[in-house]
Amino acid sequence: MRRVCVAGAGVIGSLFAAHLSRVAEVSALTRREEHARALRERGLRVTGRADFLARIEAATSPRELPEPDLVIVACKGTDLESAAERLEGHWPDSIVMTVQNGIGAGDVIARHGAWRLLTSVTFMSGTRHADTHVEYVLDTATWIGPARGTTPDDARRVAELIVSSGLQAEAFDDLRPAQWSKLIFNATVNTVAALTGLPHDAHFAALAEPSDLGFLVRGLIDEGKAVAAAAGVPLREDPWEMNVLATKRGSAHYPSMLEDVEAHRRTEIDSITGALVREAHRLGVPVPLHETMERLIKAKEASWHIGVGSTEPTK
Amino acid sequence: MKILVVGCGAVGSLFAANLATLDDVEVWAYDLAQQHVDAINRDGLRLTGAGEVTGRPHATSDAAELPACDFGIVATKAMHTGAAIAATAHAFANGCVATVQNGIGNEEVLATHVERVIRGTTFPAGKITAPGVVQWDVKGDTTLGPFEPKPAPAEEIERLADACSRAGMPTAAVADARGPQWRKVIFNAATNPLGALTGLTHGRVCERPDLRRLASTLVDEGKAVAAAQGIVLDADPEELIDYAARPEVAYGHKASMLQDVEARRQTEVDFLNGGIAGFGQRLGVPTPAHESIWALVKGVEAAWQQ
Repeated sequence: MRRVCVAGAGVIGSLFAAHLSRVAEVSALTRREEHARALRERGLRVTGRADFLARIEAATSPRELPEPDLVIVACKGTDLESAAERLEGHWPDSIVMTVQNGIGAGDVIARHGAWRLLTSVTFMSGTRHADTHVEYVLDTATWIGPARGTTPDDARRVAELIVSSGLQAEAFDDLRPAQWSKLIFNATVNTVAALTGLPHDAHFAALAEPSDLGFLVRGLIDEGKAVAAAAGVPLREDPWEMNVLATKRGSAHYPSMLEDVEAHRRTEIDSITGALVREAHRLGVPVPLHETMERLIKAKEASWHIGVGSTEPTK
Repeated sequence: MKILVVGCGAVGSLFAANLATLDDVEVWAYDLAQQHVDAINRDGLRLTGAGEVTGRPHATSDAAELPACDFGIVATKAMHTGAAIAATAHAFANGCVATVQNGIGNEEVLATHVERVIRGTTFPAGKITAPGVVQWDVKGDTTLGPFEPKPAPAEEIERLADACSRAGMPTAAVADARGPQWRKVIFNAATNPLGALTGLTHGRVCERPDLRRLASTLVDEGKAVAAAQGIVLDADPEELIDYAARPEVAYGHKASMLQDVEARRQTEVDFLNGGIAGFGQRLGVPTPAHESIWALVKGVEAAWQQ
């Protein structure tokens, strides 16, 4: 693989683009023209776990970029549809890899073209300081597996390329067990954190009092496990154990949906809980608790655009 | 007749001010907010809005000053019931004590301190706008009945209801007050926390079909818990939800629980969703939606401690 295009240059996209530029010819497909121009003119600076300046191509249309062997779609789930639209009609011979949270990102891409697809889930993280500066924070892996039209060998080749660029990656013959473990974990922890304002701390595993959050967390996880079982996917890790383990770490993690809610940004509820609920409906598995969380988060998002109500009855 | 209002917030003030206009009733008001107490003793207790009333109850924050009373009307927030009745129980050695608080479980707390308890539900609402001044937002009925394990005599309940009605707070004495109480608690538990968790007013909650369905799920669970106790609701809480969503009623009203969350005050969720879930557990009626909502609101409260 000689040429890679990263669609969406947020934190994850920027980390991929910068590192891969050391082993391949890399371009970035961005949403904003000024972002593309800044990348072309100033390059992409990485700090933190690595420290270098990457030179990459950048544009807002595939027409202005060389045809790549691999497209990494790294935008947020909320921008996936528009990213897929931008790619539509271009680069039929490329392999397209999604890295969005949740499941179903590949399905969105597949509606816009006949590309061969890889699926992946990434645990690496960073902080975006500017359009042209990303800090590499957590050097955890990206897991890659085959999807439509690809083989485990394709996943391995991409994983090798990523590892050679200085990032962590691992290929799986079937990614779904890992992906579903993370999906159930994310759908549970993100929504509970976003609705309560709690970081992922000991409250999430508490089972002492009837009103303790641990019961709700376990109920959400049990619903998710039932959906995975109905889909025929064995889980790689037990999400309840992932939850308990995470709450025992020294510092409590701030789930991204909680950050989104505090910043009044649209959340990834549709691609996380929404994806799980859609799968559940397709398979006929009841998920009333996840539906409740989805409704509450969507209503909370809506409240930011309505403005405040009065504290008095309107008479 | 001497009546002591325990907890002179908005609802307590509506009772205290109105009752104090009667010639044959001596009204005392016990509250811990000293500024409010001082203003009442200096200028009287003034209601504005739905009714213009100034009453002159005897207000105090010192329970030792209270005389022996015929009746108590407890109107504190539900989580303060225990402390309030523990402090004032000596005034009710020969009296009957009614609750007009939100939620369920208040009568049980009163009964651990006094012998004759009156189950009550009230719909009027308002808010304190300044010490000694209360805006009366919504008029409404009050229902009183015996608390079955430690009941007040029927004629005493009628005497209190009569006094409230004559004072301008329409009140009915009934043999079984559980129907109106459960209708109100189901209404509150099905709507208040949805506003508190999402930031939406009552009307906005109701116009989102998915949230309105969630409210109905909560109503259905509440109805099942009421039915398991043989309680006949006096009306369908669904009707109250739709009525309150009308523009001229409470479309733009922020539920008290949302106001509490915005002010980072402890909410009454333990006595609303927690009350329904607790009864459900004892009766073997599943209430998964109430349990979830209860846990989320308790989580919101826990987040303030961080």
